[in-house]
Amino acid sequence: MNEQERNLVEWLADMREEEATALANRMLLEEGADPVRVLELCREAMGVVGKRFEAGEYFLPELVLAGEMLENIGAVAKPLIKKKPGEEAKKLARVLIGTVHGDLHDIGKNIVSFMLDINGFEVRDIGVDVPVKTFLDEIRDYKPHVVGLSGFLTVAFDSMKETIAAIEDANLRREFKIMIGGGQIDETVRGYTGADAFGVNAVEAVALCKNWTGDGK
Amino acid sequence: MTTVEQTQNPEIKQAYDKRFQRIMDCVALKQPDRMPVALHATFWLAKYGGITYKELMYDYEKNMAIGERAVLEFEPDGVAPLFALTCMGRSLEAIGFKQLQWPGHGVGDSQPYQYLDREYMKPEEYDDFLFDPTGFYLQKYLPRVASAFEGIEDLPIFPGMHYLRLVNGIRPFSKPTVRKALENLMKAAEEVDRFATHSAMFNKRMNSLGYPLISAFHSVSPYDFVADYFRGATGMMKDLFRHKDKLLALLEKASVFLTRMTITNAKLSGVDIVMIPTHWAPDAFMSGKQFETFWWPTFRKMLIGLIDAGLIPMPLWEVDCTKRLEIIRDVPPGKCIYWFERTDMVKAFEVLGDVVALRGNLSPSLMTTGKPEEVDAAVKHLVDNVFNRGGKLILDCAFGLPDETPVENARAMFHAARKYAG
Repeated sequence: MNEQERNLVEWLADMREEEATALANRMLLEEGADPVRVLELCREAMGVVGKRFEAGEYFLPELVLAGEMLENIGAVAKPLIKKKPGEEAKKLARVLIGTVHGDLHDIGKNIVSFMLDINGFEVRDIGVDVPVKTFLDEIRDYKPHVVGLSGFLTVAFDSMKETIAAIEDANLRREFKIMIGGGQIDETVRGYTGADAFGVNAVEAVALCKNWTGDGK
Repeated sequence: MTTVEQTQNPEIKQAYDKRFQRIMDCVALKQPDRMPVALHATFWLAKYGGITYKELMYDYEKNMAIGERAVLEFEPDGVAPLFALTCMGRSLEAIGFKQLQWPGHGVGDSQPYQYLDREYMKPEEYDDFLFDPTGFYLQKYLPRVASAFEGIEDLPIFPGMHYLRLVNGIRPFSKPTVRKALENLMKAAEEVDRFATHSAMFNKRMNSLGYPLISAFHSVSPYDFVADYFRGATGMMKDLFRHKDKLLALLEKASVFLTRMTITNAKLSGVDIVMIPTHWAPDAFMSGKQFETFWWPTFRKMLIGLIDAGLIPMPLWEVDCTKRLEIIRDVPPGKCIYWFERTDMVKAFEVLGDVVALRGNLSPSLMTTGKPEEVDAAVKHLVDNVFNRGGKLILDCAFGLPDETPVENARAMFHAARKYAG
């Protein structure tokens, strides 16, 4: 890694947004840097961000800003990539995630998706207020290794229970693990809903997925 | 909380005074004669009364009757303004409120409130807001958040109108858009007046039955005010990096006008305890340094302003605020009630027990999915480890009774409080 590349990783990881974005744009648009390499550097920086989050040094604001920096640089880099078939990095473990019906909260879910993504998982986020039937349809289509149900309100307890019961009734349960999370979720709710596990934050969600799927790679 | 004239019957007045004194003893860090219990509920009342959430939101008479029935059954020491929390449907519709969905309006007839987290103020509008908050409200903010205000942005800009400029200055009042907005607002205000009248009637009725209100006016911290109602959650988080100085300036300004607004409204309500739910203070939401830079200083300033005005701030510290305890200790002793949602109450007592009264905090999962004997055990735990160790605890759930709480669990909570602590 040359000095310029080191700077990009360091500035992204340190939340020096203006400098990092300007450097990435210069590399991509003026210096003809390989866009795949720039995105690799971004991923490396996101890895540092994730580690700092796990260590309790970074919190939600850093993850949100990091996600946006990644998105902005990606928007410049991705159109420049000349793809060859099969060249994209393959991610093996698939996680389907959504906020259960009756609940519109999405910040926690988005952070979990982001952290899973930078840890090598393929994530399909099906949004908020997701009806039971949509979960079933998406599970059949996506064939996930893990299903994550998110919910912040107490009304989500019953929605989660209902969703998991429907998954069982449809004979789909054996194919994957189910994790739940959100503001009020604890072991009591896990037992009530029948989920395999719960997590209190994105770090725990990543750990659960890694444990179940063998590191996600 | 104030003593109330209309509790005339000596027996009822005595019961009122005892309950009132229990709460006030806790605030003053004196031992009450028994552990007070508060009743705070929103759509749980619909469950209790056997009606839909929507009916509770729209039917003034049914709402008041159910609230009264719950209070008479549970005999709490402090009652939340139950009517005001759950009967706002007609008023919200009248002003065309856009920041919330409520039962029967955007969500199902028995689904709870859903706040719509959006960017209601763009980042480039900080300067406008800072320069002239009232102008920003009229020209930008109010029409965005409530349709009754649409057209109000065509009002004249008042600063700069003087002497003969007043003549032409008022011409915008003849515009159809402005006239329509004013008509809509007057009409909406009639419904709001009916709502407020019923709310005051309910609160007076509680007092006349011997039950003091434990809060009436609810306020907001400066940080949450900007994050929730202007910038949106993610916008605010990015502003911590991108617009740090302007954000800090706005928080300072907001702490002044929010303090003034709160004092005025709390005094009008006749209840000195001001509930302040907090949203963005929890441990997981920002670092200690960010909390001490952005969240706490202007909120503390507000707390001191309210205390100086003779009010009793009651922040509800949402989620888990364990790492904040040492910082939020920095308030004058005997002046506040700290209500905790998921922070371990025993830990909160150990850090804050000599500074503030405590309120809470039976967990929502226990209340909604547990058995009455488990609720009983959880109350006993709080009595043994907080109240009996000298903690000035007002028993409640984490954030009032969760909507889905089985009635027998609510009964178990009140029963256990009397069984173990008076």
